[in-house]
Amino acid sequence: MSSSSTSIMDNLFQRSLEDLIKGFRLQLLGESNFISRALEEIRREIKVTDLSTKSTALHKLSYLAALHGVDMSWAAFHAVEVVSSPRFQHKRIGYQAITQSFHEQTSVLLLITNQVRKDLNSANEYEVSLALECLSRIGTHDLARDLTPEVFTLLGSSKAFVKKKAIGVVLRVFEKYPDAVKVCFKRLVENLESSDPQILSAVVGVFCELATRDPGSCLPLAPELYKVLVDSRNNWVLIKVLKIFAKLASIEPRLGKKVAEPICEHMRRTVAKSLVFECIRTVVSSLSDHEAAVKLAVAKIREFLVEDDPNLKYLGLNALSIVAPKHLWAVLENKEAVVKALSDEDPNVKLEALHLLMSMVNEDNVSEISRILMNYALKSDPLFCNEIIFSVLSACSRNAYEIIVDFDWYVSLLGEMARIPHCQRGEEIEHQLIDIGMRVRDARPQLVRVSWALLIDPALLGNLFLHPILSASAWVSGEYVEFCKNPYETVEALLQPRTGLLPPSIRAVYIHSAFKVLVFCLRSYFSAEESTLSFSAQEFSSASSSMNAFTYESILNLVNVIELGLGPLSGTHDVEVQERAKNVLGYIGMIKQELAEKLNLQDNETEVFRVTAFMEDVFSEELGPVSATAQEKVCVPGGLELKENLGDLEEICGEFLKPVESDSVSDTDKISFSVSKLRIRDQQEASSSSSPPHEASSLLAEHRKRHGMYYLPSQKDDPDNNGTPNDYPLANELANEISPDPFNPKKKPNQSKQRPVVVKLEEGDESRNPPQAKLDIETVNDDEYLSRAIQSALLVKNKGKEKDKHETNLNSGQHEKDESSRIEDQQNSEKKKKKKKKKKNGERSSKHKSRGRNVVASASEQVIIPDYLL
Amino acid sequence: MGIRFILMVNKQGQTRLAQYYEWLTLEERRALEGEIVRKCLARNDQQCSFVEHRNYKIVYRRYASLFFMVGVDDDENELAILEFIHLLVETMDKHFGNVCELDIMFHLEKAHFMLEEMVMNGCIVETSKANILSSIQLMDKAH
Repeated sequence: MSSSSTSIMDNLFQRSLEDLIKGFRLQLLGESNFISRALEEIRREIKVTDLSTKSTALHKLSYLAALHGVDMSWAAFHAVEVVSSPRFQHKRIGYQAITQSFHEQTSVLLLITNQVRKDLNSANEYEVSLALECLSRIGTHDLARDLTPEVFTLLGSSKAFVKKKAIGVVLRVFEKYPDAVKVCFKRLVENLESSDPQILSAVVGVFCELATRDPGSCLPLAPELYKVLVDSRNNWVLIKVLKIFAKLASIEPRLGKKVAEPICEHMRRTVAKSLVFECIRTVVSSLSDHEAAVKLAVAKIREFLVEDDPNLKYLGLNALSIVAPKHLWAVLENKEAVVKALSDEDPNVKLEALHLLMSMVNEDNVSEISRILMNYALKSDPLFCNEIIFSVLSACSRNAYEIIVDFDWYVSLLGEMARIPHCQRGEEIEHQLIDIGMRVRDARPQLVRVSWALLIDPALLGNLFLHPILSASAWVSGEYVEFCKNPYETVEALLQPRTGLLPPSIRAVYIHSAFKVLVFCLRSYFSAEESTLSFSAQEFSSASSSMNAFTYESILNLVNVIELGLGPLSGTHDVEVQERAKNVLGYIGMIKQELAEKLNLQDNETEVFRVTAFMEDVFSEELGPVSATAQEKVCVPGGLELKENLGDLEEICGEFLKPVESDSVSDTDKISFSVSKLRIRDQQEASSSSSPPHEASSLLAEHRKRHGMYYLPSQKDDPDNNGTPNDYPLANELANEISPDPFNPKKKPNQSKQRPVVVKLEEGDESRNPPQAKLDIETVNDDEYLSRAIQSALLVKNKGKEKDKHETNLNSGQHEKDESSRIEDQQNSEKKKKKKKKKKNGERSSKHKSRGRNVVASASEQVIIPDYLL
Repeated sequence: MGIRFILMVNKQGQTRLAQYYEWLTLEERRALEGEIVRKCLARNDQQCSFVEHRNYKIVYRRYASLFFMVGVDDDENELAILEFIHLLVETMDKHFGNVCELDIMFHLEKAHFMLEEMVMNGCIVETSKANILSSIQLMDKAH
């Protein structure tokens, strides 16, 4: 078995698929070996002219491809050969291989068109069904176009078996070749009235898909569908019809009224849970304005929720979450069930319950709900714990913390979250801590308190997920140091040895905050000294009363501690940390001398005093939230050419610019690209003339002149940059220009504190939600095309019905006569009432915005909704 | 599209049947099957039969050693799909007589045919066991 040489036995007898499978199962190891040997065999066998051998080989290959991931695209041509065999068995294998492996790029796709056509016209219904199956799975534009006539014929076939499959194929054909709609649509609609449940089921399925893509086009068929809804007893059909109506009712509200009653009937009568669920879903998503229907649906949801079956519980919660936005009472009624579901075994159920709970949250119950959720978070596994934290964070921060009244409580909640063992949402918490600090002035003392608690705990430094939170805490402690009770301890915490575990970027924040604290302490020490005579302590509120206890010794101590702590860092390899450390050490170096000598510090002329005052000035600028659109609001100063074409460059260094695409590379990149190339060339041509370097620097100078403000300020005085920085208003100013929203809560007896002022920006407030996924343009275009085709088909149909009226005398078929006369009656009633509905653009979903315009412009006849339905 | 794919996978994670209603390359299929199988195998009996994966849902059910997994669009009725899976199993049971995993392995094309009768282009078109079985039996006799 394991020898690689082939024996006579192997050559004479081809292994069938069964043998292959048996052989495979006997292999315990060396599966890939087995497969490659089998593949070799197959390759040999498949080239043989004998169709039986070929088809068996193909069969084996399909098996391997389907289950073991073997590529079979090389056998495409052989599959075509096999399919052309007259034997059904071979055809079957061939088609199977084709449907499995062919796709748009298969080159031999063209070859099968004729074969498929022949099979579609075959008398043997099974061959027809094979061909139809194939078409439905791999139909391309060309195939669909070429085979539309055959499909059309089959739609009218007398054999239900074939008809049903043809209907199934129609969807694919329409999708790939929208013009087919004109041909086939009428027959499709005729089948809606069929009494055969098989056909009906297939047709309804097709319309369900069409309705999903474009509800408007199926709206005129509402009467027929209504009849199906009322008459049918087949659950599958009913479910599909319900789905269609869900889509239709959302664009035509009057339809909802009509349909509500039959749906409620179904809900009451049926035993099948799937149907009940579909009814519920239809009601809550599209008929949410019909109170009676909604009440019944909610009652049914309740039944689902109390079941033991986790499936039903999950679906009940799902439905409840759909109904929640408009009918919050439904959720509140079932509150206990929802809370119980939080501790369910199934993570899906837990998640749904969590989302439901968050939808119930408002400013009254936010603290209670958060309390419950935090308790759950402590007891849960990491995944769910983080889900809880995340949903609480997003609900509370929505719309600039709309539902929070007591910010002190919320800030301490944030601190609590940081201490939950599994917490991994550090970044979001960090963002909120800083955001609240910037927007809510009154919350700052509490923020500083919470941050201080987090900073001094050495255990937290080891937790990777908490580093962002610690960074925010450090920043807050530095920025709002005036609320700090004990800045000395803060500095110690910021410089503790364990901070070595922090990544460099966060360490830099720590150092800078220590700097701010130091400056603040020095300043207050000086002012305290100063104001022993004068009472200027008004600026420093009660929070700093303890700080006036700064003595000379404590200040000196502070400076020493900082110097000791940061000394080693001045040689660290990380640039940011080194720079920050050196900043502080430089400052200390400046003041140390005089401090040590204990000069008369009341003297305003001392270096210490001046430097400290200067630094304090720097740090006292208040940072506020910046609008995302702030940059756009800044008007371009005159004389700045942003869009000018660098055409002159062409002459100077044309050969360097050619390979660069003008649209993909920005102007600055072009320059730098060409300049760098020039420089390289310089180095290569040592004996070149001096013109290239000159040109390079002159180009640079030219560019700098034009776009000076985008360059970082250089050390030497650049005449270009003098006036420009001041032209741009500081970002803060924009934020402060917009007045903060005054918030007046209704006075509640147990609320002693008024909600503090939260700074909101009118526009450009960053939302943290990820942007909506952009729709694929191509599918939109395809859908557009398809729906337009259906539109026109329906118009033709309406016109065609009139023609039928005239032709009743000619056609002898009773069935058709009845049909057309029925249609005629309908048409007459429509004409009599003369109600024309104009399609409103607003009703369209955003997907079909452009199409709506086109339709209104191009449709000569408005789509008429038969009146008896409304 | 309704149904996107149907998979039958055993407890060891080996795929026994894979029917896709949209085109995916081989690597995509393998990756997809691997992910989904892992998710479903990790769940126990007390949990519900629906799993969310990317932008669609997987409805699954375990019968003896085989997992039947159906990937559907978001707006599909999950309970109806569960019924569909059950219908499929019952049909195979009737045809093979006490169907087991081996039957499916050795008669893969029969299973494919059954599926093709029931689902076309991602939509369920046939739900009557009698109809499905009769056409399959006829087809067997036809060759």
